Amino acid sequence: MKLKNKWPKYYKKDVSTHYCPGCGHGVVHRLVAEVLEELDLGKRAICVNPAGCAVLAYKYFDIDVIESAHGRGTAIATGVKRAKPELFVFTYQGDGDLSAIGTAETIHSANRGENICVVFINNAVYGMTGGQMAPTTLLTQKTTTSPGGRDPQFDGYPLHITDVVAQFPGVTYAERVAVNSPAAVLKTKKAIRTAFQVQVDGLGYSIIEVLSPCPTNWKMSSIASHKWIDEVMSKEFPLGVLADRRKRG
Amino acid sequence: MAKKQCKVVVNESLCKGCNLCIEYCKHGALRSSSGLNKMGYHYAEPSEEAECIGCMMCTLVCPEVAIEVYGE
Repeated sequence: MKLKNKWPKYYKKDVSTHYCPGCGHGVVHRLVAEVLEELDLGKRAICVNPAGCAVLAYKYFDIDVIESAHGRGTAIATGVKRAKPELFVFTYQGDGDLSAIGTAETIHSANRGENICVVFINNAVYGMTGGQMAPTTLLTQKTTTSPGGRDPQFDGYPLHITDVVAQFPGVTYAERVAVNSPAAVLKTKKAIRTAFQVQVDGLGYSIIEVLSPCPTNWKMSSIASHKWIDEVMSKEFPLGVLADRRKRG
Repeated sequence: MAKKQCKVVVNESLCKGCNLCIEYCKHGALRSSSGLNKMGYHYAEPSEEAECIGCMMCTLVCPEVAIEVYGE
């Protein structure tokens, strides 16, 4: 009998992650490492990390990683890509990083059509700091700073940042996926591969939003959080390709 | 029909007991352990009641790359 699933080459071996049980970050880390291996990008890949739960991703990716200031991931990625266009540059950001404090950087790098990839993990809360309300928190969702549920009169509405940037002509590829079932994980891997291929082909900006479970801060079991993505979260954030301008030539 | 030879192995030091693999294994080839690992979680372990058929669903949803599947 031989091993059917080998360990991803660019994922550090046998390192226990700091993520909570059932967290979607581990799955997306593995998918990114697998796609880097499949497209043979590991030797020239630069990952830009966020502030947030994924701040320690440099401990797990066996590639070069730059730690960015909170929200400034796409600004740093812009600088790296412009200075060294032969490198493959992607950012790995959470919703508190990309759609709250980093909104300006995200919108302007997308509008400039920088040739970078963005992997955006949306779990609808600030995970690392203890489950506070994020711009992406759903209406009526309870968090530590919205204990009565998010009230649109007081807290506003969930921010659909990927839908916003998908309108820009500079964005080549934008897709929203999830990691709440084996089939969804395969779709996510395909989306990440498509986005990475866009940069390899020099076609411009690509963003993949991943709806990711956060069982600890949602106060659910990991299985219930998978169902919640399916039944509640994907109704607010519909899955699918939001923009595909690869054929404009 | 010859039986497929497959085996599932869980790295107990990486498993955090989220039970997603157990939920998505339609054949019941995995179960939660009675003992704890060094992080204090009830890790997943191969069940004695059902055999693994090598569908790889558990490896797709595992957030820790803790599962290895051996097969033909």
